[in-house]
Amino acid sequence: MITINNYVKVSSLQEAYELNQKRTNRVLGGMMWLRLGAGRVQTAIDLSGLGLDYIEEDEEEFRIGAMCTLRELELHEGLARYFDGAVKESVRHIVGVQFRNGATVGGSIFGRFGFSDVLTCFLAMDAYVELFRGGIIPLKEFIQMKRDNDILVSIHVKKDQRKVVYMSERAAATDFPLVACAVAIKGEKIFCSVGARPMKAILLEDVCPKKEEAGDFARKSAKAVPFGSNMRAGEAYRRQIAGVLIRRGIEKIMEG
Amino acid sequence: MEVKFNLNGKPVAAEIKADTLLYDLLREEGCYSVKCGCETTNCGLCTVMLDGKPSLSCSILAARVEGREVFTLEGLQKEAEEFGEFLAAEGAEQCGFCSPGFIMNVLAMARELDEPDMEEIKEYLSGNLCRCSGYMGQMRAVEKYIKTKREDR
Amino acid sequence: MQVVNQAIPKVDAKALVTGKPVYTDDLAPKDCLEVKILRSPHAHALIKSIDKTRALKVPGIECILTYEDCPDERFTMAGQTYPEPSPYDRLILDKRVRFVGDAVAIVAGKDKACVTQAMKMIKVEYEILEPVLDFRKAKDNDILVHPEENWKSLCPVGADNKRNLCACGKDEKGDIDEVLKNCDYVVEQTYHTKACQQAMMETFRTYTYMDVYGRLNVVSSTQVTFHVRRILANALCIPKSKVRVVKPRIGGGFGAKQTSVSEVYPALVTWKTGKPAKIIFTREESQIASSPRHEMEIKVRVGADKSGKIRGIDVYTLSNTGAFGEHGPTTVGLSGHKSIPLYGGLDAFRFSYDVVYTNVMSAGAYRGYGATQGIFAVESAVNELAEKIGVDPVVLREKNMVKEGEVMPAYYGETANSCALDRCMAKAKEMMHWDEKYPCKDMGNGKVRGVGVAMAMQGSGISAVDTGSVAMKVNDDGFYSLMIGASDMGTGCDTILAQMAAECMNCSVDDIVVSGVDTDISPYDTGSYASSTTYVTGMAVIKTCESLKKKIIFKAAKYLDCTEEELEFDGKKVYSLKDQREITLRDIGNRVMCNNEDSLSASEAHSSPVSPPPFMVGMAEVEVDTETGKATLIDYVAVVDCGTPINPNLARVQVEGGIAQGIGMALYEDVVYSSSGKNYSNSFMQYKIPTRLDVGKIRVEFESSYEPTGPFGAKSIGEIVINTPSPAIASAISHAVGAKIRELPITPEKIYYGMKKQ
Repeated sequence: MITINNYVKVSSLQEAYELNQKRTNRVLGGMMWLRLGAGRVQTAIDLSGLGLDYIEEDEEEFRIGAMCTLRELELHEGLARYFDGAVKESVRHIVGVQFRNGATVGGSIFGRFGFSDVLTCFLAMDAYVELFRGGIIPLKEFIQMKRDNDILVSIHVKKDQRKVVYMSERAAATDFPLVACAVAIKGEKIFCSVGARPMKAILLEDVCPKKEEAGDFARKSAKAVPFGSNMRAGEAYRRQIAGVLIRRGIEKIMEG
Repeated sequence: MEVKFNLNGKPVAAEIKADTLLYDLLREEGCYSVKCGCETTNCGLCTVMLDGKPSLSCSILAARVEGREVFTLEGLQKEAEEFGEFLAAEGAEQCGFCSPGFIMNVLAMARELDEPDMEEIKEYLSGNLCRCSGYMGQMRAVEKYIKTKREDR
Repeated sequence: MQVVNQAIPKVDAKALVTGKPVYTDDLAPKDCLEVKILRSPHAHALIKSIDKTRALKVPGIECILTYEDCPDERFTMAGQTYPEPSPYDRLILDKRVRFVGDAVAIVAGKDKACVTQAMKMIKVEYEILEPVLDFRKAKDNDILVHPEENWKSLCPVGADNKRNLCACGKDEKGDIDEVLKNCDYVVEQTYHTKACQQAMMETFRTYTYMDVYGRLNVVSSTQVTFHVRRILANALCIPKSKVRVVKPRIGGGFGAKQTSVSEVYPALVTWKTGKPAKIIFTREESQIASSPRHEMEIKVRVGADKSGKIRGIDVYTLSNTGAFGEHGPTTVGLSGHKSIPLYGGLDAFRFSYDVVYTNVMSAGAYRGYGATQGIFAVESAVNELAEKIGVDPVVLREKNMVKEGEVMPAYYGETANSCALDRCMAKAKEMMHWDEKYPCKDMGNGKVRGVGVAMAMQGSGISAVDTGSVAMKVNDDGFYSLMIGASDMGTGCDTILAQMAAECMNCSVDDIVVSGVDTDISPYDTGSYASSTTYVTGMAVIKTCESLKKKIIFKAAKYLDCTEEELEFDGKKVYSLKDQREITLRDIGNRVMCNNEDSLSASEAHSSPVSPPPFMVGMAEVEVDTETGKATLIDYVAVVDCGTPINPNLARVQVEGGIAQGIGMALYEDVVYSSSGKNYSNSFMQYKIPTRLDVGKIRVEFESSYEPTGPFGAKSIGEIVINTPSPAIASAISHAVGAKIRELPITPEKIYYGMKKQ
């Protein structure tokens, strides 16, 4: 358990940003992972008074506040409708309802965890993060950036007509995935994001194959992705499963 | 620092540290029904209702409940007994150590879901581990409880 | 029967479901010192020095104890009857540390924060030694886990610390090599089971304090209350009369708490400081420094003739007891003695074994106690034999299973006086629709469903060892107090023993008050393990009730001024068969409290020369994804012969719970070590026990025999139920996709590569 010397519930993003410039201070998400560390936090910065627990939807996009919980994502009707349940599928295996009532979208994305289902799912979408200082940048760029002292404010997901399917392979139902995979197709283009490699998710963008070529395409894609081994599964097995999941994703989208 | 919140329907003010967890604070306040089984948010034993939502008190800073409403099984004795009778009728409470957290989540589910089917129930309760019962007896109890509640309506 | 065989709720149910403070940590005094253990980061090392000066300066620290503060007399933490078969190989703290997580120092202070801080400030200098991590290389290795001279083994179990041997032995009948040579079909395979964790929801925990008589009082979450008294006296080198142990409600045990895992630490602190002390193991500690199942590698040879008659079984078990020998010499025995006898009429059998020390966490007792491992191996081998012969594995078993009345040479020559294994098989077959589903069905979506079967047995108590005694007395208005020494760990023994007493006394369970275990007050009981409570302590209840009834009649005869022979007791009153004279139990209970010289109480003990096995059949239906190897449990059918179920609901939940644990063992649970001996499976995040989404549907039925030596015809139920899932699931997967997995757990990856090998 981490130790925390000081707790501040900030009243503005500016205040949060200023506090977060000190290296020993930390922004709190849902505290699900943060507390498991053994370190010492000087000041814990709580954003929960800033009203960042929203999901807004307009013609253009969804805007998901950083403090929105995974449970809220799961239950949001607009997201479910637009992405045909993909977002719900990406979170419903995560531990349990109580956990998802605590874990935040901001915590999941900012942490850039290798096992993150949420990150894997959004990565296949036209998604952006809004940073207090850094402004709005594509999620695929954000995950390559080094952890810094900026504040994640929200996630924006464009309504760009892409069809998305989320799949994961797990040994036990609520365990971390052995491999997670989101496939999105938009016109001629295909986006495959592969997570739990067990490193953080990676995005492949390509020209969408024909349905009968989906298997070859999926195998080729999986080959291009670096995988690793840990106690849950080996590298070669992960690659194999990723290929299966990508192909199934394509087929599912194409079969509508 | 001081935190003020509503615990089981009564106002409470308590002296806490910045890193005091809600779980520890609740036990200090005499809510011994709240148990800890894992420390890594996997077991569901520490489930309480925070502003009506089932939440893991082991991962919530006590400071964060300022001004909010917390219910533990101590504050829901009537409901606990009502569902508990179904559980005991199956013999499924067994060692009883996971019962409070499990019952909290069953009560939360009964409030949140309208006419859930067995798959929905299983998924809602999947964050509550039990090592004694193999879950079947718990599910029989939940099914009968939900049915009775529905008939009472 | 009015009360026995009835599904009444547990006597403690209401307190449990309303969350009352009845467990160890709920009851501990608020001024207890917080006790924590500094643990070794090395798998094998000698402590060169421990500098605690800075740590002792942390405000609130009461004491920091090291090996220099502990007696140099070795003892065992195994909760077994004296003289324990487990070697005396422990010190409370030792100069030599033997696994990552072994105790180095005990830190006690006023709260968690100061203790945690002090632990970081203790400087330990180690001489790092090479560990023995591979149990296949442990025997006669140059590196010794226990080189010390004061190591000792109290029983002739074949132990030799200079060979890393915790036990070895052999049992055989006939010439197995000759028999197998003449068999038409022989399967020879090696099976590997891992060190699963019991993972009860309440971790190990204990608090201690000194009482007014200068005695050490211990309140602990234990299954072996009386054994803990002896273990602590041995550990601290103090007279047993100086220790009192009390068991409150406990949050599950499954065998974990048949080892005294947590008690010595606060006990030493309280004994040294005179202050109350408490230790609550974290889940991490419960995962890395506890008492899990013995890892075993089991070689099986099984042979049959052309007609499918199984003629011989040869089992060799290599068991890994880890750093200490708790339950090492005894668990291994069950791997052969409770697997081979499932098959009757063998021409020969052989069972041999070695139990070795290694530098990983010590193993202990876990539900099934070696039988689980042995049955996975033997039942898997029999399933492979069926395939080799080309016969349905159910048919092969119907032909060869042990029958009622048969002598079981591999089970100490005991006779199966009650055995409904044949009916269990018939019922399971019907419930599973085996004949339609065997061997598999292609679901047409890349998924195939297969079915698999396994049989199991266990014992009911340890024959001629386990002892249960109970005491019962009549109180005001005629209610009874039932005092037991058996430790209810949530399974409901307080309830079923009260049910038996109520049946005997012809009253309601509400007329009986059951008291939990307090070594100062309760009659002696070996404890709740080895599937003994229902069978052994249950008989003690019956005997005690008989004695008490006689005393009630004796007293009534005095009050009614007639002979005992003409009186009958119907539960409410004693009445004369000759005339109208009668007296109520209520009046007797009240009258004996005035001017009385006959104590209206009785106490009897029971031990059994035999340990009648319960039997069962388990069948699994599993769906396998042929592209990924992911196996999903669809349906599990269990049909059990536990003799008369005393409380059918509690018996059913025992079965369901045991099956679910068995499913966890089969598919998910694994204790994984790094190459340097660090335990990766140190939390519920990394060690996945099944959730309710992982166990499919579990369906249970009973096919009861009547055990002539058991209470109301009962045998045991608690342990046998974990034994069938691993072999049944492995076989179902083999039937579905051909992959033969002989090492647990059966992960998607193993199935995937198993399919590729086809």
